[in-house]
Amino acid sequence: MSGPVFMNFPITTTSHSLSEYRARGGYAALAQALREMTPAQVGAQAKASGLQGRGGAGFQTGLKWEFVSKEAPVVYLCCNIDEGEPGTFKDRWILEHSPHQLLEGMLFASYALRVRHAFAYIRGEFDLPLRRLEGALAEARAAGIVGENILGSGFSCDIVVHRGAGAYVCGEESSLINSLEGKKGFPRNKPPFPAVRGLYQRPTVVNNVETLATVPWIMANGAAPYAALGARKTPGTRLFGVSGHVASPGLFEKPTGYPLAQLIYQDAGGVLGGRKLKAVIPGGSSTPILKAAEIEGVTLDQESMGKAGSMVGSGAVIVIAEGTCMVRLLQVLSRFYAHESCGQCTPCREGTDWMNRILERIVAGKGSAADLATLTRLPTGIMGNTVCALGDAASMPVVSFIKKFGDEFAYYVAHGRSLHDGRLAP
Amino acid sequence: MTDAFTPALLARFDVLRDQYPPEMRTSLVLPLLHCVQDANGYVTEADAARIADYIGMPAIQVVEALTWYTMFDREPQGRYVIKVCRNIACSLRGSEDVLAHLQQKLDIGIGETTADGRFTLKTVECLASCGTAPAMQVNRTYHEQLDATKLDQILESLT
Repeated sequence: MSGPVFMNFPITTTSHSLSEYRARGGYAALAQALREMTPAQVGAQAKASGLQGRGGAGFQTGLKWEFVSKEAPVVYLCCNIDEGEPGTFKDRWILEHSPHQLLEGMLFASYALRVRHAFAYIRGEFDLPLRRLEGALAEARAAGIVGENILGSGFSCDIVVHRGAGAYVCGEESSLINSLEGKKGFPRNKPPFPAVRGLYQRPTVVNNVETLATVPWIMANGAAPYAALGARKTPGTRLFGVSGHVASPGLFEKPTGYPLAQLIYQDAGGVLGGRKLKAVIPGGSSTPILKAAEIEGVTLDQESMGKAGSMVGSGAVIVIAEGTCMVRLLQVLSRFYAHESCGQCTPCREGTDWMNRILERIVAGKGSAADLATLTRLPTGIMGNTVCALGDAASMPVVSFIKKFGDEFAYYVAHGRSLHDGRLAP
Repeated sequence: MTDAFTPALLARFDVLRDQYPPEMRTSLVLPLLHCVQDANGYVTEADAARIADYIGMPAIQVVEALTWYTMFDREPQGRYVIKVCRNIACSLRGSEDVLAHLQQKLDIGIGETTADGRFTLKTVECLASCGTAPAMQVNRTYHEQLDATKLDQILESLT
Protein backbone atom coordinates (compact mmCIF):
# COMPACT_ATOMS: atom_id res chain seq x y z
CA MET A 1 0.00 0.00 0.00
CA SER A 2 1.40 3.35 -0.91
CA GLY A 3 -0.25 6.66 -1.54
CA PRO A 4 -1.32 9.45 0.75
CA VAL A 5 -4.99 9.86 -0.14
CA PHE A 6 -6.31 6.35 -0.77
CA MET A 7 -3.83 3.53 -0.34
CA ASN A 8 -2.73 4.54 3.14
CA PHE A 9 -3.92 1.55 5.18
CA PRO A 10 -3.55 -2.24 5.05
CA ILE A 11 -6.58 -3.97 3.54
CA THR A 12 -8.14 -6.57 5.83
CA THR A 13 -11.58 -8.17 6.05
CA THR A 14 -12.73 -5.30 8.28
CA SER A 15 -10.73 -2.29 7.06
CA HIS A 16 -13.78 -0.92 5.23
CA SER A 17 -15.82 -0.68 8.45
CA LEU A 18 -16.88 2.52 10.21
CA SER A 19 -14.88 1.74 13.35
CA GLU A 20 -11.64 1.26 11.42
CA TYR A 21 -12.27 4.27 9.22
CA ARG A 22 -12.73 6.32 12.38
CA ALA A 23 -9.60 4.80 13.92
CA ARG A 24 -7.71 6.06 10.85
CA GLY A 25 -9.04 9.56 11.60
CA GLY A 26 -12.10 9.37 9.36
CA TYR A 27 -15.04 11.75 9.93
CA ALA A 28 -12.95 13.86 12.35
CA ALA A 29 -12.48 16.58 9.74
CA LEU A 30 -16.21 16.47 8.94
CA ALA A 31 -17.18 16.84 12.60
CA GLN A 32 -14.82 19.77 12.98
CA ALA A 33 -15.92 21.47 9.75
CA LEU A 34 -19.61 21.17 10.65
CA ARG A 35 -18.82 22.93 13.96
CA GLU A 36 -16.35 25.55 12.82
CA MET A 37 -16.67 26.21 9.09
CA THR A 38 -19.34 27.79 6.93
CA PRO A 39 -20.44 26.02 3.74
CA ALA A 40 -18.66 28.76 1.75
CA GLN A 41 -15.40 28.06 3.57
CA VAL A 42 -15.61 24.34 2.73
CA GLY A 43 -16.21 25.20 -0.92
CA ALA A 44 -13.33 27.68 -0.91
CA GLN A 45 -10.95 25.07 0.52
CA ALA A 46 -11.94 22.53 -2.14
CA LYS A 47 -11.35 25.15 -4.82
CA ALA A 48 -7.99 26.27 -3.40
CA SER A 49 -6.72 22.66 -3.49
CA GLY A 50 -6.89 22.70 -7.31
CA LEU A 51 -8.73 19.36 -7.28
CA GLN A 52 -10.00 18.43 -10.72
CA GLY A 53 -12.70 15.90 -11.62
CA ARG A 54 -11.42 12.34 -11.77
CA GLY A 55 -14.12 10.93 -14.03
CA GLY A 56 -12.24 11.80 -17.21
CA ALA A 57 -13.03 15.36 -18.20
CA GLY A 58 -10.87 16.95 -15.49
CA PHE A 59 -13.04 19.99 -14.75
CA GLN A 60 -12.14 22.01 -11.63
CA THR A 61 -14.25 20.64 -8.78
CA GLY A 62 -14.40 23.83 -6.72
CA LEU A 63 -15.46 25.81 -9.78
CA LYS A 64 -18.23 23.33 -10.56
CA TRP A 65 -19.55 23.81 -7.03
CA GLU A 66 -19.32 27.59 -7.37
CA PHE A 67 -21.68 27.56 -10.37
CA VAL A 68 -24.55 26.54 -8.08
CA SER A 69 -26.74 29.46 -7.04
CA LYS A 70 -26.57 30.29 -3.34
CA GLU A 71 -30.26 31.28 -3.45
CA ALA A 72 -31.60 28.01 -4.87
CA PRO A 73 -34.17 26.48 -2.51
CA VAL A 74 -33.24 22.91 -3.47
CA VAL A 75 -29.84 21.66 -4.67
CA TYR A 76 -28.98 18.05 -5.46
CA LEU A 77 -25.69 16.18 -5.41
CA CYS A 78 -25.11 13.03 -7.45
CA CYS A 79 -22.09 10.84 -7.01
CA ASN A 80 -21.32 9.24 -10.34
CA ILE A 81 -20.56 5.55 -9.64
CA ASP A 82 -21.42 4.46 -13.16
CA GLU A 83 -17.82 3.38 -13.67
CA GLY A 84 -17.72 1.87 -17.14
CA GLU A 85 -14.99 3.44 -19.25
CA PRO A 86 -13.13 0.36 -20.51
CA GLY A 87 -9.87 -0.01 -18.62
CA THR A 88 -11.16 1.78 -15.51
CA PHE A 89 -11.59 0.01 -12.16
CA LYS A 90 -10.70 2.63 -9.55
CA ASP A 91 -14.09 3.74 -8.21
CA ARG A 92 -14.84 0.14 -7.49
CA TRP A 93 -11.69 -0.06 -5.31
CA ILE A 94 -12.82 2.95 -3.28
CA LEU A 95 -16.26 1.45 -2.66
CA GLU A 96 -14.89 -1.96 -1.78
CA HIS A 97 -12.11 -0.76 0.50
CA SER A 98 -12.94 2.73 1.71
CA PRO A 99 -16.67 3.42 1.30
CA HIS A 100 -16.82 5.76 4.28
CA GLN A 101 -14.23 7.97 2.61
CA LEU A 102 -16.73 8.47 -0.21
CA LEU A 103 -19.62 9.10 2.19
CA GLU A 104 -17.55 11.68 4.08
CA GLY A 105 -16.68 13.37 0.79
CA MET A 106 -20.36 13.40 -0.24
CA LEU A 107 -21.26 14.98 3.11
CA PHE A 108 -18.60 17.67 2.70
CA ALA A 109 -19.91 18.47 -0.78
CA SER A 110 -23.50 18.41 0.47
CA TYR A 111 -22.64 20.80 3.29
CA ALA A 112 -20.81 23.18 0.94
CA LEU A 113 -23.73 23.12 -1.51
CA ARG A 114 -26.56 22.99 1.10
CA VAL A 115 -27.82 19.67 -0.23
CA ARG A 116 -30.57 17.84 1.69
CA HIS A 117 -30.74 14.77 -0.58
CA ALA A 118 -27.64 13.34 -2.23
CA PHE A 119 -27.67 10.38 -4.61
CA ALA A 120 -25.14 7.66 -5.18
CA TYR A 121 -25.87 6.50 -8.74
CA ILE A 122 -24.14 3.13 -8.96
CA ARG A 123 -23.92 0.97 -12.05
CA GLY A 124 -26.37 -1.89 -11.83
CA GLU A 125 -23.85 -4.67 -12.36
CA PHE A 126 -21.77 -3.86 -9.28
CA ASP A 127 -22.19 -6.44 -6.53
CA LEU A 128 -19.58 -6.14 -3.77
CA PRO A 129 -19.21 -2.37 -4.26
CA LEU A 130 -22.99 -2.01 -3.80
CA ARG A 131 -23.04 -4.17 -0.68
CA ARG A 132 -20.09 -2.27 0.81
CA LEU A 133 -21.73 1.08 0.03
CA GLU A 134 -25.08 0.04 1.52
CA GLY A 135 -23.32 -1.43 4.55
CA ALA A 136 -21.34 1.74 5.12
CA LEU A 137 -24.46 3.85 4.73
CA ALA A 138 -26.32 1.78 7.31
CA GLU A 139 -23.40 2.15 9.72
CA ALA A 140 -23.22 5.90 9.12
CA ARG A 141 -26.97 6.35 9.62
CA ALA A 142 -26.87 4.38 12.88
CA ALA A 143 -23.97 6.53 14.10
CA GLY A 144 -25.76 9.79 13.29
CA ILE A 145 -23.35 10.67 10.49
CA VAL A 146 -25.99 10.56 7.75
CA GLY A 147 -29.59 11.75 8.17
CA GLU A 148 -31.07 14.32 10.54
CA ASN A 149 -28.87 16.68 12.54
CA ILE A 150 -25.54 15.14 11.57
CA LEU A 151 -23.19 14.79 14.55
CA GLY A 152 -25.33 17.29 16.43
CA SER A 153 -24.45 20.09 14.01
CA GLY A 154 -27.94 20.97 12.86
CA PHE A 155 -26.99 19.99 9.30
CA SER A 156 -29.18 17.25 7.80
CA CYS A 157 -28.48 15.22 4.68
CA ASP A 158 -29.76 11.90 3.39
CA ILE A 159 -27.84 9.78 0.94
CA VAL A 160 -29.84 7.54 -1.38
CA VAL A 161 -28.27 4.65 -3.31
CA HIS A 162 -29.74 4.44 -6.80
CA ARG A 163 -28.88 1.51 -9.09
CA GLY A 164 -28.42 1.99 -12.82
CA ALA A 165 -29.41 -0.77 -15.20
CA GLY A 166 -26.68 -1.26 -17.76
CA ALA A 167 -25.86 1.76 -19.90
CA TYR A 168 -22.36 3.16 -20.47
CA VAL A 169 -23.75 6.51 -21.55
CA CYS A 170 -25.22 7.10 -18.07
CA GLY A 171 -21.70 7.94 -16.93
CA GLU A 172 -22.23 11.22 -18.81
CA GLU A 173 -23.62 13.61 -16.20
CA SER A 174 -26.79 14.81 -17.92
CA SER A 175 -27.56 11.28 -19.03
CA LEU A 176 -27.13 10.14 -15.43
CA ILE A 177 -29.59 12.83 -14.38
CA ASN A 178 -32.20 11.68 -16.91
CA SER A 179 -31.68 8.11 -15.77
CA LEU A 180 -32.13 9.17 -12.16
CA GLU A 181 -35.42 10.78 -13.20
CA GLY A 182 -36.58 7.39 -14.45
CA LYS A 183 -36.07 8.14 -18.13
CA LYS A 184 -33.92 6.61 -20.82
CA GLY A 185 -30.34 7.79 -20.33
CA PHE A 186 -30.32 10.33 -23.15
CA PRO A 187 -27.76 13.11 -22.63
CA ARG A 188 -29.13 16.66 -22.54
CA ASN A 189 -28.04 19.65 -24.55
CA LYS A 190 -25.78 22.05 -22.66
CA PRO A 191 -26.23 24.82 -21.68
CA PRO A 192 -28.00 24.85 -19.34
CA PHE A 193 -25.42 22.92 -17.36
CA PRO A 194 -26.60 20.69 -14.51
CA ALA A 195 -25.27 23.21 -11.95
CA VAL A 196 -27.93 25.58 -13.27
CA ARG A 197 -30.70 23.15 -14.22
CA GLY A 198 -30.17 19.49 -13.46
CA LEU A 199 -32.15 16.86 -11.61
CA TYR A 200 -35.85 17.82 -11.78
CA GLN A 201 -34.69 21.23 -13.08
CA ARG A 202 -32.89 21.92 -9.77
CA PRO A 203 -29.24 22.98 -9.61
CA THR A 204 -27.31 19.72 -9.47
CA VAL A 205 -23.67 18.80 -9.04
CA VAL A 206 -22.47 15.49 -10.44
CA ASN A 207 -19.05 14.40 -9.19
CA ASN A 208 -17.03 11.23 -9.70
CA VAL A 209 -16.32 8.82 -6.80
CA GLU A 210 -12.57 9.46 -6.71
CA THR A 211 -13.16 13.22 -6.80
CA LEU A 212 -15.52 13.21 -3.82
CA ALA A 213 -13.46 10.67 -1.88
CA THR A 214 -10.44 13.00 -2.16
CA VAL A 215 -12.26 15.86 -0.41
CA PRO A 216 -11.91 14.49 3.18
CA TRP A 217 -8.11 14.44 2.78
CA ILE A 218 -8.14 18.04 1.56
CA MET A 219 -10.33 19.11 4.46
CA ALA A 220 -8.23 17.20 7.02
CA ASN A 221 -4.81 18.23 5.72
CA GLY A 222 -5.45 21.54 4.02
CA ALA A 223 -5.69 22.83 0.46
CA ALA A 224 -2.04 23.83 0.17
CA PRO A 225 -0.58 20.39 1.01
CA TYR A 226 -2.88 18.87 -1.63
CA ALA A 227 -1.96 21.48 -4.22
CA ALA A 228 1.70 20.65 -3.51
CA LEU A 229 1.23 17.00 -4.52
CA GLY A 230 2.06 15.98 -8.07
CA ALA A 231 2.11 18.16 -11.18
CA ARG A 232 1.72 21.88 -10.59
CA LYS A 233 -1.14 22.57 -13.02
CA THR A 234 -3.08 19.39 -12.24
CA PRO A 235 -2.19 18.58 -8.64
CA GLY A 236 -2.91 15.61 -6.43
CA THR A 237 -2.64 11.87 -6.66
CA ARG A 238 -4.68 9.62 -8.90
CA LEU A 239 -5.65 5.98 -8.93
CA PHE A 240 -4.13 4.65 -12.14
CA GLY A 241 -5.35 1.29 -13.37
CA VAL A 242 -2.99 -0.73 -15.52
CA SER A 243 -4.53 -3.53 -17.58
CA GLY A 244 -3.88 -5.59 -20.69
CA HIS A 245 -0.52 -7.15 -21.51
CA VAL A 246 1.39 -6.44 -18.31
CA ALA A 247 2.88 -8.93 -15.85
CA SER A 248 1.11 -7.46 -12.81
CA PRO A 249 -2.07 -5.59 -13.72
CA GLY A 250 -3.58 -3.53 -10.94
CA LEU A 251 -4.39 -0.21 -9.39
CA PHE A 252 -1.69 2.20 -8.25
CA GLU A 253 -2.01 5.51 -6.43
CA LYS A 254 0.59 7.89 -7.87
CA PRO A 255 1.09 11.62 -7.90
CA THR A 256 0.10 13.29 -11.15
CA GLY A 257 3.18 13.80 -13.28
CA TYR A 258 4.41 10.27 -12.56
CA PRO A 259 6.29 8.76 -15.52
CA LEU A 260 4.07 6.53 -17.68
CA ALA A 261 6.95 4.18 -18.51
CA GLN A 262 7.73 3.70 -14.83
CA LEU A 263 4.11 2.80 -14.13
CA ILE A 264 4.19 0.15 -16.85
CA TYR A 265 7.69 -1.27 -16.45
CA GLN A 266 8.19 -0.94 -12.71
CA ASP A 267 4.83 -0.87 -10.93
CA ALA A 268 2.97 -3.19 -13.30
CA GLY A 269 5.96 -5.48 -13.84
CA GLY A 270 6.56 -4.74 -17.51
CA VAL A 271 5.09 -6.34 -20.62
CA LEU A 272 3.66 -9.82 -20.19
CA GLY A 273 5.95 -12.69 -21.12
CA GLY A 274 8.89 -10.37 -21.71
CA ARG A 275 7.47 -9.25 -25.04
CA LYS A 276 8.12 -5.83 -26.50
CA LEU A 277 5.70 -2.99 -25.98
CA LYS A 278 3.61 -2.17 -29.03
CA ALA A 279 1.23 0.54 -27.87
CA VAL A 280 -0.53 2.10 -24.89
CA ILE A 281 -4.04 3.51 -24.57
CA PRO A 282 -3.26 5.88 -21.72
CA GLY A 283 -6.55 7.15 -20.29
CA GLY A 284 -9.48 4.84 -21.01
CA SER A 285 -10.63 3.27 -24.25
CA SER A 286 -11.56 6.47 -26.06
CA THR A 287 -8.24 8.28 -25.59
CA PRO A 288 -5.92 8.30 -28.63
CA ILE A 289 -3.48 5.39 -28.68
CA LEU A 290 0.28 5.98 -28.33
CA LYS A 291 2.96 3.86 -30.01
CA ALA A 292 5.75 2.47 -27.81
CA ALA A 293 8.23 5.13 -28.87
CA GLU A 294 5.72 7.87 -28.11
CA ILE A 295 5.48 7.12 -24.38
CA GLU A 296 9.13 7.91 -23.72
CA GLY A 297 9.37 10.84 -21.35
CA VAL A 298 5.60 11.15 -21.06
CA THR A 299 4.27 11.80 -17.58
CA LEU A 300 0.77 11.18 -16.21
CA ASP A 301 -0.54 14.72 -16.27
CA GLN A 302 -2.63 16.48 -18.87
CA GLU A 303 0.14 18.85 -19.94
CA SER A 304 2.60 16.13 -20.85
CA MET A 305 -0.04 13.75 -22.19
CA GLY A 306 -1.57 16.50 -24.30
CA LYS A 307 1.80 17.19 -25.90
CA ALA A 308 2.07 13.49 -26.74
CA GLY A 309 -1.32 13.72 -28.45
CA SER A 310 -3.52 11.92 -25.96
CA MET A 311 -5.32 12.37 -22.62
CA VAL A 312 -5.05 11.21 -19.00
CA GLY A 313 -8.83 10.69 -19.04
CA SER A 314 -9.93 8.29 -16.32
CA GLY A 315 -6.39 7.12 -15.52
CA ALA A 316 -6.90 3.79 -17.25
CA VAL A 317 -3.66 2.62 -18.86
CA ILE A 318 -4.22 -0.24 -21.31
CA VAL A 319 -1.01 -1.93 -22.43
CA ILE A 320 -0.67 -3.76 -25.75
CA ALA A 321 2.22 -6.09 -26.56
CA GLU A 322 4.03 -6.54 -29.86
CA GLY A 323 2.28 -9.07 -32.11
CA THR A 324 -1.28 -7.96 -31.26
CA CYS A 325 -3.61 -7.41 -34.21
CA MET A 326 -4.69 -3.78 -34.06
CA VAL A 327 -7.48 -4.28 -36.58
CA ARG A 328 -9.21 -6.87 -34.44
CA LEU A 329 -8.57 -4.80 -31.31
CA LEU A 330 -10.21 -1.76 -32.86
CA GLN A 331 -13.22 -3.88 -33.79
CA VAL A 332 -13.61 -4.81 -30.09
CA LEU A 333 -13.86 -1.09 -29.30
CA SER A 334 -16.13 -0.30 -32.24
CA ARG A 335 -18.53 -3.06 -31.23
CA PHE A 336 -18.63 -1.59 -27.73
CA TYR A 337 -19.40 1.95 -28.87
CA ALA A 338 -22.01 0.79 -31.36
CA HIS A 339 -23.65 -1.18 -28.55
CA GLU A 340 -23.57 1.77 -26.15
CA SER A 341 -24.67 4.60 -28.45
CA CYS A 342 -27.94 5.71 -26.86
CA GLY A 343 -29.71 6.29 -30.16
CA GLN A 344 -30.56 9.95 -29.68
CA CYS A 345 -28.28 11.59 -32.28
CA THR A 346 -28.24 10.27 -35.85
CA PRO A 347 -24.48 10.78 -36.52
CA CYS A 348 -23.58 8.68 -33.47
CA ARG A 349 -26.34 6.06 -33.72
CA GLU A 350 -25.75 5.41 -37.42
CA GLY A 351 -22.04 6.23 -37.47
CA THR A 352 -20.95 3.93 -34.64
CA ASP A 353 -22.92 1.06 -36.13
CA TRP A 354 -21.56 1.77 -39.60
CA MET A 355 -17.95 1.83 -38.37
CA ASN A 356 -18.53 -1.43 -36.53
CA ARG A 357 -20.08 -3.15 -39.56
CA ILE A 358 -17.14 -2.11 -41.73
CA LEU A 359 -14.67 -3.40 -39.16
CA GLU A 360 -16.61 -6.67 -38.83
CA ARG A 361 -16.36 -7.06 -42.58
CA ILE A 362 -12.62 -6.31 -42.61
CA VAL A 363 -11.95 -8.71 -39.73
CA ALA A 364 -13.93 -11.42 -41.56
CA GLY A 365 -11.54 -10.97 -44.49
CA LYS A 366 -14.19 -9.42 -46.71
CA GLY A 367 -13.21 -5.77 -46.46
CA SER A 368 -12.12 -3.63 -49.39
CA ALA A 369 -9.93 -0.59 -49.84
CA ALA A 370 -13.15 1.38 -50.28
CA ASP A 371 -14.31 0.14 -46.85
CA LEU A 372 -11.11 1.40 -45.30
CA ALA A 373 -11.55 4.77 -47.00
CA THR A 374 -15.12 5.03 -45.69
CA LEU A 375 -13.98 4.05 -42.20
CA THR A 376 -11.34 6.77 -42.31
CA ARG A 377 -13.91 9.34 -43.43
CA LEU A 378 -16.76 8.50 -41.02
CA PRO A 379 -15.36 10.10 -37.82
CA THR A 380 -15.39 13.54 -39.47
CA GLY A 381 -19.16 13.24 -39.82
CA ILE A 382 -19.64 12.19 -36.20
CA MET A 383 -17.23 14.27 -34.16
CA GLY A 384 -18.67 17.53 -32.94
CA ASN A 385 -22.12 16.72 -34.35
CA THR A 386 -23.70 15.07 -31.33
CA VAL A 387 -25.21 16.08 -27.98
CA CYS A 388 -22.62 14.27 -25.86
CA ALA A 389 -19.04 13.06 -26.20
CA LEU A 390 -19.83 9.40 -26.94
CA GLY A 391 -19.63 9.98 -30.69
CA ASP A 392 -16.21 11.57 -30.27
CA ALA A 393 -15.15 8.78 -27.90
CA ALA A 394 -16.11 6.21 -30.54
CA SER A 395 -14.33 8.14 -33.29
CA MET A 396 -11.01 8.90 -31.62
CA PRO A 397 -9.81 5.28 -31.47
CA VAL A 398 -10.74 4.80 -35.16
CA VAL A 399 -8.80 7.90 -36.14
CA SER A 400 -5.74 7.14 -34.00
CA PHE A 401 -5.54 3.38 -34.75
CA ILE A 402 -5.68 3.98 -38.52
CA LYS A 403 -3.25 6.89 -38.31
CA LYS A 404 -0.68 4.93 -36.34
CA PHE A 405 -1.19 1.40 -37.61
CA GLY A 406 -2.43 2.12 -41.12
CA ASP A 407 -0.17 -0.53 -42.61
CA GLU A 408 -1.97 -3.26 -40.64
CA PHE A 409 -5.35 -2.07 -41.89
CA ALA A 410 -4.09 -1.87 -45.48
CA TYR A 411 -2.62 -5.38 -45.20
CA TYR A 412 -5.85 -6.79 -43.76
CA VAL A 413 -8.02 -5.49 -46.62
CA ALA A 414 -5.44 -6.42 -49.27
CA HIS A 415 -4.92 -10.00 -48.08
CA GLY A 416 -8.14 -10.74 -46.22
CA ARG A 417 -6.20 -11.72 -43.13
CA SER A 418 -4.32 -10.23 -40.21
CA LEU A 419 -0.69 -9.22 -40.52
CA HIS A 420 -0.27 -11.02 -37.19
CA ASP A 421 -1.77 -14.29 -36.00
CA GLY A 422 -4.95 -12.41 -35.15
CA ARG A 423 -5.01 -13.35 -31.48
CA LEU A 424 -5.62 -10.63 -28.91
CA ALA A 425 -4.59 -12.59 -25.82
CA PRO A 426 -0.97 -13.75 -25.47
CA MET B 1 -51.74 -17.77 -12.56
CA THR B 2 -50.32 -16.32 -9.38
CA ASP B 3 -50.01 -12.59 -8.94
CA ALA B 4 -46.40 -11.51 -9.55
CA PHE B 5 -46.92 -8.51 -7.27
CA THR B 6 -46.97 -10.13 -3.85
CA PRO B 7 -47.71 -8.11 -0.69
CA ALA B 8 -44.01 -8.45 0.22
CA LEU B 9 -43.01 -6.94 -3.11
CA LEU B 10 -45.45 -4.07 -2.71
CA ALA B 11 -44.14 -3.45 0.80
CA ARG B 12 -40.66 -3.20 -0.69
CA PHE B 13 -42.03 -0.66 -3.20
CA ASP B 14 -43.20 1.50 -0.29
CA VAL B 15 -39.78 1.36 1.40
CA LEU B 16 -38.09 2.48 -1.82
CA ARG B 17 -40.67 5.23 -2.40
CA ASP B 18 -40.07 6.73 1.02
CA GLN B 19 -36.33 7.19 0.32
CA TYR B 20 -36.96 9.82 -2.35
CA PRO B 21 -38.23 13.38 -1.88
CA PRO B 22 -41.87 13.71 -3.07
CA GLU B 23 -40.91 15.66 -6.22
CA MET B 24 -38.76 12.71 -7.32
CA ARG B 25 -41.62 10.27 -7.77
CA THR B 26 -40.59 9.14 -11.29
CA SER B 27 -37.14 8.25 -9.99
CA LEU B 28 -38.78 5.03 -8.78
CA VAL B 29 -38.83 3.57 -12.30
CA LEU B 30 -35.44 1.82 -12.18
CA PRO B 31 -35.62 0.77 -8.50
CA LEU B 32 -39.05 -0.82 -9.01
CA LEU B 33 -38.04 -2.54 -12.26
CA HIS B 34 -35.02 -3.98 -10.42
CA CYS B 35 -37.28 -5.00 -7.57
CA VAL B 36 -39.62 -6.97 -9.84
CA GLN B 37 -36.75 -8.57 -11.75
CA ASP B 38 -35.00 -9.59 -8.51
CA ALA B 39 -38.23 -11.19 -7.28
CA ASN B 40 -39.45 -12.83 -10.49
CA GLY B 41 -36.38 -13.17 -12.69
CA TYR B 42 -37.79 -11.02 -15.48
CA VAL B 43 -40.20 -8.15 -16.11
CA THR B 44 -43.15 -8.19 -18.51
CA GLU B 45 -44.80 -5.19 -20.14
CA ALA B 46 -47.82 -5.86 -17.91
CA ASP B 47 -45.50 -5.55 -14.89
CA ALA B 48 -44.22 -2.27 -16.28
CA ALA B 49 -47.78 -0.98 -16.60
CA ARG B 50 -48.47 -1.87 -12.96
CA ILE B 51 -45.28 -0.10 -11.88
CA ALA B 52 -46.48 2.94 -13.82
CA ASP B 53 -49.83 2.82 -11.99
CA TYR B 54 -48.04 2.60 -8.65
CA ILE B 55 -45.91 5.63 -9.47
CA GLY B 56 -48.72 7.48 -11.20
CA MET B 57 -47.12 8.01 -14.59
CA PRO B 58 -47.77 6.93 -18.19
CA ALA B 59 -47.05 3.23 -18.80
CA ILE B 60 -45.07 4.04 -21.95
CA GLN B 61 -42.34 5.71 -19.91
CA VAL B 62 -41.78 2.60 -17.79
CA VAL B 63 -41.89 0.37 -20.88
CA GLU B 64 -39.30 2.65 -22.48
CA ALA B 65 -36.96 2.17 -19.52
CA LEU B 66 -37.63 -1.57 -19.49
CA THR B 67 -36.63 -1.91 -23.13
CA TRP B 68 -33.79 0.63 -23.23
CA TYR B 69 -31.65 -0.52 -20.29
CA THR B 70 -29.71 -3.70 -21.02
CA MET B 71 -29.96 -5.29 -17.58
CA PHE B 72 -33.69 -5.95 -17.70
CA ASP B 73 -34.88 -9.26 -19.11
CA ARG B 74 -38.34 -9.54 -20.57
CA GLU B 75 -38.49 -13.32 -20.59
CA PRO B 76 -37.41 -16.14 -18.27
CA GLN B 77 -33.66 -16.77 -18.12
CA GLY B 78 -31.61 -19.77 -17.08
CA ARG B 79 -31.11 -20.35 -13.35
CA TYR B 80 -27.58 -19.06 -13.76
CA VAL B 81 -27.03 -16.24 -16.21
CA ILE B 82 -23.38 -16.13 -17.24
CA LYS B 83 -22.26 -12.75 -18.55
CA VAL B 84 -18.80 -12.77 -20.09
CA CYS B 85 -17.04 -9.45 -20.57
CA ARG B 86 -15.57 -9.09 -24.04
CA ASN B 87 -14.31 -5.53 -23.91
CA ILE B 88 -10.73 -4.46 -24.55
CA ALA B 89 -8.91 -5.42 -21.34
CA CYS B 90 -10.64 -8.80 -21.12
CA SER B 91 -10.00 -9.43 -24.83
CA LEU B 92 -6.30 -8.82 -24.26
CA ARG B 93 -6.35 -11.39 -21.45
CA GLY B 94 -8.32 -14.17 -23.10
CA SER B 95 -12.08 -13.49 -23.06
CA GLU B 96 -12.36 -15.13 -26.50
CA ASP B 97 -10.99 -18.33 -24.97
CA VAL B 98 -13.38 -18.01 -22.03
CA LEU B 99 -16.35 -17.68 -24.39
CA ALA B 100 -15.20 -20.55 -26.58
CA HIS B 101 -14.70 -22.79 -23.56
CA LEU B 102 -18.14 -22.02 -22.14
CA GLN B 103 -19.88 -22.50 -25.48
CA GLN B 104 -18.20 -25.87 -25.92
CA LYS B 105 -18.85 -27.02 -22.33
CA LEU B 106 -22.46 -25.88 -22.24
CA ASP B 107 -23.09 -26.73 -25.89
CA ILE B 108 -25.00 -23.49 -26.47
CA GLY B 109 -24.35 -20.28 -28.38
CA ILE B 110 -24.27 -16.73 -27.07
CA GLY B 111 -27.74 -15.64 -25.99
CA GLU B 112 -28.97 -19.22 -25.58
CA THR B 113 -30.11 -21.25 -22.57
CA THR B 114 -29.23 -24.89 -21.90
CA ALA B 115 -32.08 -27.38 -22.41
CA ASP B 116 -32.26 -28.08 -18.67
CA GLY B 117 -32.74 -24.37 -17.97
CA ARG B 118 -29.61 -24.25 -15.84
CA PHE B 119 -27.43 -21.80 -17.78
CA THR B 120 -27.93 -18.80 -20.03
CA LEU B 121 -24.80 -17.50 -21.77
CA LYS B 122 -24.44 -13.83 -22.59
CA THR B 123 -21.74 -11.33 -23.44
CA VAL B 124 -21.50 -7.94 -21.75
CA GLU B 125 -19.35 -4.85 -22.05
CA CYS B 126 -16.81 -3.65 -19.49
CA LEU B 127 -17.54 -4.83 -15.92
CA ALA B 128 -14.72 -2.70 -14.42
CA SER B 129 -12.64 -5.83 -13.81
CA CYS B 130 -9.86 -4.80 -16.18
CA GLY B 131 -7.12 -5.32 -13.59
CA THR B 132 -8.36 -8.85 -12.90
CA ALA B 133 -9.27 -9.81 -16.47
CA PRO B 134 -10.69 -11.92 -17.96
CA ALA B 135 -13.89 -11.61 -15.99
CA MET B 136 -17.50 -12.71 -16.02
CA GLN B 137 -20.54 -12.36 -13.82
CA VAL B 138 -22.83 -15.22 -12.83
CA ASN B 139 -26.12 -13.69 -11.69
CA ARG B 140 -24.76 -11.03 -9.31
CA THR B 141 -21.38 -12.60 -8.50
CA TYR B 142 -18.15 -11.52 -10.18
CA HIS B 143 -15.60 -14.18 -11.20
CA GLU B 144 -12.21 -12.86 -12.24
CA GLN B 145 -8.79 -13.96 -13.53
CA LEU B 146 -10.51 -16.80 -15.33
CA ASP B 147 -8.88 -19.78 -17.01
CA ALA B 148 -10.20 -23.14 -18.20
CA THR B 149 -9.66 -24.87 -14.83
CA LYS B 150 -11.40 -22.10 -12.92
CA LEU B 151 -14.30 -22.07 -15.37
CA ASP B 152 -14.84 -25.81 -14.94
CA GLN B 153 -14.83 -25.45 -11.16
CA ILE B 154 -17.34 -22.61 -11.33
CA LEU B 155 -19.68 -24.54 -13.64
CA GLU B 156 -19.54 -27.60 -11.39
CA SER B 157 -20.39 -25.56 -8.31
CA LEU B 158 -23.56 -24.16 -9.91
CA THR B 159 -26.21 -26.80 -9.54
